[in-house]
Amino acid sequence: MNTQTLTSILFLSVVALTVGITIWASRQGSGATDYYAGGRSFSGFQNGLAIGGDYMSAASFLGISGAIALYGYDGFLYSIGFLVAWLVALLLVAELLRNSGRYTMADQLAYRMRQRPVRTAAATSTVVVSIFYLLAQMVGAGSLVALLLGVDSGALKNTVIVGVGVLMIFYVVVGGMKGTTWVQIVKAVLLMTGTVLITFLVLWQFSFNISDLLGAAASNTGKGDAFLQPGLKYGVSLTSKIDFLSLGLALVLGTAGLPHILIRFYTVPTSRDARSSVLWAIGLIGAFYLMTLVLGFGAAALLDTGADSEVAASGGNLASPLLAEAVGGGAGSTGGAILLALISAVAFATILAVVAGLTLTSASSVAHDLYANVIKKGRATERSEVRVARISAFVIGGISIALAIPAQKLNIAFLVALAFAVAASANLPSIIYNLFWKRFNTRGATWSIYGGLISSVGLVVFSPVVSGKVVDGVNASLLPASIDISWFPLENPGIVSIPLGFLLGYLGTVTSREPSAEEAYDELEVRALTGAGAEGAVSH
Amino acid sequence: MAEEIRQTTHQSSGHAVYEDLHSSDDFQELRRRYRGFAIPWTVAFLVWYLTYVIMSSWANDFMNTKIVGNINVALVFGLLQFVSTFGIAWLYARHANKELDPIASRLQARYNEELGR
Repeated sequence: MNTQTLTSILFLSVVALTVGITIWASRQGSGATDYYAGGRSFSGFQNGLAIGGDYMSAASFLGISGAIALYGYDGFLYSIGFLVAWLVALLLVAELLRNSGRYTMADQLAYRMRQRPVRTAAATSTVVVSIFYLLAQMVGAGSLVALLLGVDSGALKNTVIVGVGVLMIFYVVVGGMKGTTWVQIVKAVLLMTGTVLITFLVLWQFSFNISDLLGAAASNTGKGDAFLQPGLKYGVSLTSKIDFLSLGLALVLGTAGLPHILIRFYTVPTSRDARSSVLWAIGLIGAFYLMTLVLGFGAAALLDTGADSEVAASGGNLASPLLAEAVGGGAGSTGGAILLALISAVAFATILAVVAGLTLTSASSVAHDLYANVIKKGRATERSEVRVARISAFVIGGISIALAIPAQKLNIAFLVALAFAVAASANLPSIIYNLFWKRFNTRGATWSIYGGLISSVGLVVFSPVVSGKVVDGVNASLLPASIDISWFPLENPGIVSIPLGFLLGYLGTVTSREPSAEEAYDELEVRALTGAGAEGAVSH
Repeated sequence: MAEEIRQTTHQSSGHAVYEDLHSSDDFQELRRRYRGFAIPWTVAFLVWYLTYVIMSSWANDFMNTKIVGNINVALVFGLLQFVSTFGIAWLYARHANKELDPIASRLQARYNEELGR
């Protein structure tokens, strides 16, 4: 049996397993709380696994180890930023949000502000952030499968993107939050198992001596000590150093503003379970990112990562799968074929679980915020709301498929980093202000959400990512070389747009008075800190 | 369940019980203990993290110093960010279990009592 057949069988097993789980979950209750929040009946440990499954995306698994394999130490920043960010979620957001919200990110704003403007704003940024994130995953799925099957055909990539899109619509429409959560739990277990296995095999080759592993990476890449030091990618000029700082800010402040992460806190019965789920997630995600360090340096030490290599051609995305093949015995060996197929299937499961979470988040926000509360002004029935959520999942899935096909030129890590920058600029300021600042009001919330959203997306449009970037005489931007509209020098807008989001939230608040929002703050605060009156679990 | 005092739009209820709870000594103490931990520690880990990011770009000589074999300061600094994250998470869990949860439970019980259930 060759690698292609084996890979196909494992891919189909992943699909069969997740489809089975979804169908099972769909029989477990059908109210709005079941659909949006899985009945709030998951334990802290289960939700911790699901958070890990939702968070450790293809960009983490394939992208970070790939970045380390190509740029050495500079790839490590992603791991650190993605992990430290969880402290913002743990200390400031998870428990308070669990107690004061219901189904979506907008709920905790709407609790004390004018429903329609804040829900419209929050739903807009939820959909924008989630679609950026979705595109990254779907583009990743397309190139992963095409490269694994050894066929670089546009038609195949498009087929894979459509296939992933159809699957994610199925998970979300049929399984709701319960099905999606179980898919994420299974994926987290598969991903951790696969990563532990490959990490062990890499370390074994170096007799568990980290220093030898690093030395081999430094000499195999031909870059010497510079490979183990910061600066290979970002240390080139002052602009690239500031870009690094901007990326660092977006990573650490983005997580607690990602809508698909925030709504995971609603799936547990109490705020104490929300806390324990974040603690589990920190342990899991931290262990995972430590292992990506070994995978990245292992790939640099054991594979050819030169300019013409397969790893470099994939932008680093194939470093982990090819490393698995190498430690399994190398190309052509049975062990190598099995491990390559296994790790590829794990990466595929990773993508499926993340896209399901993102689609559910957008669909929930469209149905609960826009349909039920803005259009129907709170008078929608539970049944019609859930029906609209299912229809929205179809529409958002369709839009993502349509956008992902032309977006295949975009770099996956860039799309994810942009989603983090938008989340940190548009969502985090209003969440923090709302929970900690009595005076905060509707105008502050809408200014910070729209301001952060427009500035972060707008700056990217005028950045070198979209036009005007030339590397070694080759156009490295999205637009053709003849069009150059760039004037913003950084690739990541965070360092400008995050402070701007906070500033606009402050200015909007102090230029208007909203006594009802201030009065309701005491109630929000009591509820957030004690859980008195918070939404409970559903019992079947 | 507190369903009857809440509108379907998920807005504040304006119920007097919340004002009672908010003005209680227990709640003021809970709030002081929560903010007293969460805010300084957030500032601390953000400063610590940004120090790391800034030094990675602007303190090359120091970061590139080798400690043992091929292991340099930059790698150890990065790994210390993992250690500090695990450590602060553990400290917060301990603080919340010991200092916050008992008061929150008391206030929650009072809420249920005042609403007659």
